[in-house]
Amino acid sequence: MGLYVKLKKKLDAFRLDIEWEIGNELAVLFGYSGAGKSMTLQMIAGLMTADDGSIRVDSATIFDSSSKVDVPAQRRHMGYVFQDLALFPHMTVSENIAYGDKGTAKGEKPGKIKQMVNLFHLEGLEHKYPAEISGGQKQRVAFARSLIRKPPLLLLDEPFSALDNPLRLEMRQLLKDIRSTFDIPVVLVTHDIIEASTMADRLIIYVNGKVAQTGTPPEVFNNPANEEVQALVDTRSYGVIIGQK
Amino acid sequence: MDSSILFSMRLSLQVATVATAFVIVIGVTAAYLLAQKEFRGKELLDIALTLPLVLPPTVTGYYLIVLFGRNGLIGRSIYEWTGWSIMFTWYAAVLASFVVALPLMVKTTQAAIKSVDKNLINASYTLGHSEFETARKVILPLAKRGIMAGAVLSFARALGEFGATLMLAGDLPGKTDTMPIAIYSLAGGGEWSKANWMVVLLTLMSGIFLYFANRYTKRII
Repeated sequence: MGLYVKLKKKLDAFRLDIEWEIGNELAVLFGYSGAGKSMTLQMIAGLMTADDGSIRVDSATIFDSSSKVDVPAQRRHMGYVFQDLALFPHMTVSENIAYGDKGTAKGEKPGKIKQMVNLFHLEGLEHKYPAEISGGQKQRVAFARSLIRKPPLLLLDEPFSALDNPLRLEMRQLLKDIRSTFDIPVVLVTHDIIEASTMADRLIIYVNGKVAQTGTPPEVFNNPANEEVQALVDTRSYGVIIGQK
Repeated sequence: MDSSILFSMRLSLQVATVATAFVIVIGVTAAYLLAQKEFRGKELLDIALTLPLVLPPTVTGYYLIVLFGRNGLIGRSIYEWTGWSIMFTWYAAVLASFVVALPLMVKTTQAAIKSVDKNLINASYTLGHSEFETARKVILPLAKRGIMAGAVLSFARALGEFGATLMLAGDLPGKTDTMPIAIYSLAGGGEWSKANWMVVLLTLMSGIFLYFANRYTKRII
């Protein structure tokens, strides 16, 4: 189980040129805003096309510029949670979750939805609309919707950035539970150093569209590869102890 | 009420209803293409569909004669095959109303579709839904109010259509005289009492439809 990504993309003045590989682990793409983290995620999901490169999920090639392979987003079967969650406002909680379950026979759907509702503690909210539930509940609906099809990979584009602190802690725990339940690689984009250091099995540090360093959080925080990484992971300015999970 | 007034009222409603049905189907499709797709000639299509909004209806009518007249580019073939011409029939009134009302539908729906959050569309794709399913289940339901506002505006516009209709369908009493056309000939013939009736009726009907259009438009802003 794993993900291999090698991508090049030129967009106006910005150049993305990255290559990394992860196994069945939680990888955090960490860096300043505008470093190309979300762009990478969109390319993995097929929402944006790279100029050059290739993407493999579990040895299956979903994008390869040289052999002209470009599986459309609809057939990549990725779990993707957007920064603003992108819940459909005109659908109820259970309709939102059901929408993620394309391809399942109608008879099996209610059972699977019930299972997700229980797993993500959404009991009693099935018939409510996104505007009627709390931020944490919305988050759980977005996870349930993206995971109901049991995707081979879960991509998270700063899904916790709009939450306040206690809720963030709860969501981080939820994410750890998801990892152990679904047992799939997770790629989490963040520019929150605490999130990066506490969640990551592997950190992938982005600086100006390039991968500046990869490694476990202690490896990166204790031995930054260069000054840019040093500045990015300089914990003094955050006033916290980093490198302990 | 005079039977000719009733005829004109019924014909006007019939023409506006049929024209609006076509406007909805073709307008929503065109608006979707213009809002979501990149293709060659997109700008040209946008301008062509919007032109009837700014051109004098007589010019639009003139183009329609050039296209659909008995000797027109399309009309000639139809006439040669079937011996039938759309000119001076109530279908011509439908065609004229359709073309003049279409831009209102396209512009309103295009804006509504464009305002649908791109992330919602992307979310639908990542969840495995095709473009058609995404349009049907996400984009159009979320643009629903804009589409309804466009439909009501188009209906009101079709109901009041005069210039292009006169060019294409003419003023044939009991055949093609919709309310605006009947008012024109009644006023020309000095039949003020009948004209008054029709003017009040048409104003009331248009006012009611605009009231609904306003309600939907307010809700989508």
